[in-house]
Amino acid sequence: MSELLSYEFMRIALAAAVVTGLAAPAIGTYIVQRRLALLGDGLGHVALTGVALGLLTQVTPTITAVIVAIIGAVVIELLRMYAKTSGDVALAMLFYGGIAGGVLLTNLAGESAATLNRYLFGAITTISMSDLLAVLILGVVVIVAALGLSPQLFAVCQDEDHARVSGVPVRLYTLLVAVLAAITITVAMRTVGLLLVSALMVVPVAAAQQLTRSFRATHLASMAVGVVAATGGVVASYEIDTQPGPTIVVLALGLFALAALTRGVTALRRR
Amino acid sequence: MTPPLLARGVEVDLAGGPVVRGVDLTVGSGEFVTLLGANGSGKSTLVRALVGLIPARGTIELFGTPLARFRERWRLGYVPQRPGSAAGVPATVREIVTSGRLSHRPVLGFASRSDRAAVDEALEHVRLSAKADQPITELSGGQQQRAYIARALVANPQLLVMDEPTAGVDAESAEVLAGLIGHLVSDHGMAVLLVAHELGPMRPLVDRAVVVDAGRIAYEGRVEDIPTDHPHDHPHSGAPERIRPVQEEGPLG
Repeated sequence: MSELLSYEFMRIALAAAVVTGLAAPAIGTYIVQRRLALLGDGLGHVALTGVALGLLTQVTPTITAVIVAIIGAVVIELLRMYAKTSGDVALAMLFYGGIAGGVLLTNLAGESAATLNRYLFGAITTISMSDLLAVLILGVVVIVAALGLSPQLFAVCQDEDHARVSGVPVRLYTLLVAVLAAITITVAMRTVGLLLVSALMVVPVAAAQQLTRSFRATHLASMAVGVVAATGGVVASYEIDTQPGPTIVVLALGLFALAALTRGVTALRRR
Repeated sequence: MTPPLLARGVEVDLAGGPVVRGVDLTVGSGEFVTLLGANGSGKSTLVRALVGLIPARGTIELFGTPLARFRERWRLGYVPQRPGSAAGVPATVREIVTSGRLSHRPVLGFASRSDRAAVDEALEHVRLSAKADQPITELSGGQQQRAYIARALVANPQLLVMDEPTAGVDAESAEVLAGLIGHLVSDHGMAVLLVAHELGPMRPLVDRAVVVDAGRIAYEGRVEDIPTDHPHDHPHSGAPERIRPVQEEGPLG
């Protein structure tokens, strides 16, 4: 472990993993509560176009990705609000457009598939100090908003109609959840990659709720699972020489299986 | 005194065409009004328009303020039809009821000591104190409805709007609810607008019944005098009575 920490890239990688592991389930809990588990996937696809725009224009891809993902999140939420009947197909088209546009623009930028691969599956060990700073700032924004607004976000995601009648600005908060999800995707893009980012938003929540009974406990436990999976995945990927993104996700799925097993055993014992 | 609810010439169009047509409705202070009608009659649509969930034409005033400018949301308690059971993350009864206090602080802030005291009191009222820390999905249908009514009552509203709260509720829960609502109306002067299919134990509480048919008011007056398609039920037997034959579940409820 001390050998591992003697490398600067590993210290940066672990710091990014901690923030990502906390932020993704912090906002993911609301997304699961709203039964929009695939929203993160869609936003990840859209963010790829943002990355490619950055490669094409020589701007830091993190910046272009966060801007494009936020625009995508707002468009998705507006489609859900105003075009309820055709929203499903419109969303699908947005996702395809995102990934096709991303690959196309990357080609135009003269970049290789390997460059794209870094963003699709994460490349945590190539994060620079300035990247880390962006990840830390954005991640803290997501964590503070997700925890600090939890009474309001809980009410909106639990029962939109009741929240609206109570005077809670429901549209504002549903937009905020989508925007925070978009920011989280950019935060997690370097760690787990755009194609797997949604897993870190959903799987820790699913794992936590095997063993929890309240929303608050689920929220906090999912963040704990997220940190364990993200940091554990980084260390494991170094030890067994695998890509960090998939290693983190497989570890998270393993924690889910463990939680589900524990629940099963407890239920059997109670009988 | 301004009535808690005043509606004049309310019209609602949904995708399929006009659903509510030219409805006038008033709920006075401390008055218990019930809105009856078959599935698809437009009564649920009317109530959703009255609380501002769907756009409507005409005049709707809450406590003398036009709906669009009504800000004192805590004065309006609302129990939606089959609420929030689709959430993907567990939530305890206490968490759900606590969210009802948000009308006192809709934008920022956590529950205060007075919020927690109000939640305990509301749980006590609906006799769910013992179940407060259980996930709401572990409760029976009737207990869940009581929890959602506690969420509406926890803000101490002056007008309580309930959309079919007793649909599919066990007899014990229906009795608890009727007793509680009766107490709140008589002791606290709370006004009630109840959308119902069957009145059950709520029946003696009702001051005025309004029957909706095909989006219009077909009858307004005492419950006893409602013209029925059925032989009249016994009003005090406590057995659920129906105003009209139950039809297939329509999309408009």
